[in-house]
Amino acid sequence: MEKQEFKIKWGMVIDLDKCTGCGACMVSCQVENNIAPQQDASNKLRTLTWMNVFEMNNGQAFPDHEIAYLPRPCMQCGSPACVPVCPVVATDKNEEGGIVSQIYPRCIGCRYCMGACPYHARYFNWDDPVFPAGMEKTLSPNTSARPRGVVEKCSFCHTRWGRAKERARKEGVDTMDMPQEWYQTACTTACPGGVIQFGDVNNPKHSVYELVRSKYAFRLLERLGLDPQVWYVSKREWVRMLGDNYLESEKAKKHA
Amino acid sequence: MDSNLFPEGHERCSLGRFLAWIVFLGLFLGFGGYAAFVILSQGLVVTGLDNYFGFGLWITFDLAVIALGAGAFFSGFLKYILKIDQLKHIINLAVIVGFICYSGAMLVLTLDIGQPIRAWFGYWHPNVHSMLTEVIFCITLYCLVLVIEFVPIILEQKQLNKIPFIHHLAHNLHVNMALFAGIGAFLSTFHQGSLGGMYGVLFGRPYAFREGFFIWPWTFFLFVLSAVGSGPAFTMLVATFMEVLTGKKLVEYKVKTLMAKIAGSMLCLYMFFKIIDTWYWATSYLPSVGLTFDQMFYQTIYGKWLMWSELGLCGVLPAIMMITPAIRNRPALLYTAAILDCIGITINRYVFTVQTIAFPALPFDKWVTYTPNWAEWAPAGLIVAYGFVVLSLSYRYLPVFPQEKALNAK
Repeated sequence: MEKQEFKIKWGMVIDLDKCTGCGACMVSCQVENNIAPQQDASNKLRTLTWMNVFEMNNGQAFPDHEIAYLPRPCMQCGSPACVPVCPVVATDKNEEGGIVSQIYPRCIGCRYCMGACPYHARYFNWDDPVFPAGMEKTLSPNTSARPRGVVEKCSFCHTRWGRAKERARKEGVDTMDMPQEWYQTACTTACPGGVIQFGDVNNPKHSVYELVRSKYAFRLLERLGLDPQVWYVSKREWVRMLGDNYLESEKAKKHA
Repeated sequence: MDSNLFPEGHERCSLGRFLAWIVFLGLFLGFGGYAAFVILSQGLVVTGLDNYFGFGLWITFDLAVIALGAGAFFSGFLKYILKIDQLKHIINLAVIVGFICYSGAMLVLTLDIGQPIRAWFGYWHPNVHSMLTEVIFCITLYCLVLVIEFVPIILEQKQLNKIPFIHHLAHNLHVNMALFAGIGAFLSTFHQGSLGGMYGVLFGRPYAFREGFFIWPWTFFLFVLSAVGSGPAFTMLVATFMEVLTGKKLVEYKVKTLMAKIAGSMLCLYMFFKIIDTWYWATSYLPSVGLTFDQMFYQTIYGKWLMWSELGLCGVLPAIMMITPAIRNRPALLYTAAILDCIGITINRYVFTVQTIAFPALPFDKWVTYTPNWAEWAPAGLIVAYGFVVLSLSYRYLPVFPQEKALNAK
């Protein structure tokens, strides 16, 4: 499939040196996107965590042991591995901004996209979503709940972008050049440490424009060629090295 | 009681004994049917699959039976297009085995998708870039071709064939079978390839990703070769197994060695390219993405033993055994080679399905393992039992083996 370029490129930059692993991003994501609580969520390979926080460490023993937390949303890849494999076009990357869509009423639940994604950013609805009595009053009216048997994933809170565009039209602002704060994902706004920055990486007025160009910025598994739209920042080299796979000889060269 | 329905001049066991056998198979059908009901009513939550292992036993099973069912299209191609006449003694069985494998695979697929009611979306909203779309179309069409190839065998049933219209219909279908064999060969080649392509295109999965030619990764061609290198051997094994069950000679040994020679030759070709492919993957592709060969394996469950078994014990060894006349002329060695061949291809489909997604591409992620549970095994057992039922009914009432009468003449 030919790679598509867009004028707007919604991107996320996450500062791993600031992240405390508190999980507020995960919680806000679940609330924003109406993810039903599970009766037994002990099997973490069955949970729906569009935003998932991984723990990493430098492999050293105390006192040199260091850890870092890595929040992982969908990477909204420039060359997504999931899109070309879907047999029914239930996922696509064809809209301004470059967000990889997931069309729940189209998905047949074959899970091929899940197998294709090396980030494990896609989740399957193993069971019916059941909201405890009373919880329906807390649901977001903007996000549809998904039925059993379909795949779902982070959409960079796509409905918030829709509302931002409505506001822009109302206020006579160019939808292609909106102020950064008009469209922010739930995880970005919920993060207590300001770890997550979100905006158009092609727009110099947005903070992410500079951040993605930092020498400390990196993306996950860049060598596989998926061209993610999520960047991470860390001044710690071991953290950056864990963003991709390197041969021992390459590691030695980097450290030299 | 039902002896009037038997093929002309053939003896079969008593109806009571046959029904007892069918009831025995019915136990597996019943258990599999119960599992299917539970899966359809409660969802895939009852299986052992999870977000890391979206594919598991069922996809492995499907890919394996589709490869092993390749005896149908390849034997048909050799018999009707290349005119290898000796294959007429086993072609009926090859068609029936192919039909069982493909229809069984389609049955399992309807359970495997999360929204079975949307299964038709694959035809209505096809993504032309997806290898899976090609697989959906080709498998469906080829299954229809197999039905068309199976129909004349059914129409030749002794009582049915007495009806003039059915007799002529069966005759005309036979006359034009080369056309269907040709269509079948085309369709089957493409979907065997696309099943391999499904994995080869996964550029986010270093265990499976392969470069290739035009839009087809090398796995496309390797899956075609491996299917034709094992399908004929499997058909031959089924014939032999039926001989054991029925206590009769059904196919001349010469025909079996011919099938083994065909499978062996294709397996040799396959192993040649597979070894080159593996070597290039291990020494060139993996280092290019910062990975080593050793990192692709994990403990015993995803250990190197699988690869060495696939390539050596169940690859090169049976290939040599089946192309060496002195070995394939000895029944015990021939059957051993054929069994190893089928195991090797099954391992290949397993590792491409499961190990591909088990490998943690993210450096800070961990290996996780997958074990299928009863809800996955039971439908797989159902398909095997379904195959036995179809074969049993076919053997009892249809003229499947043209040589049976002569081989068992007292």
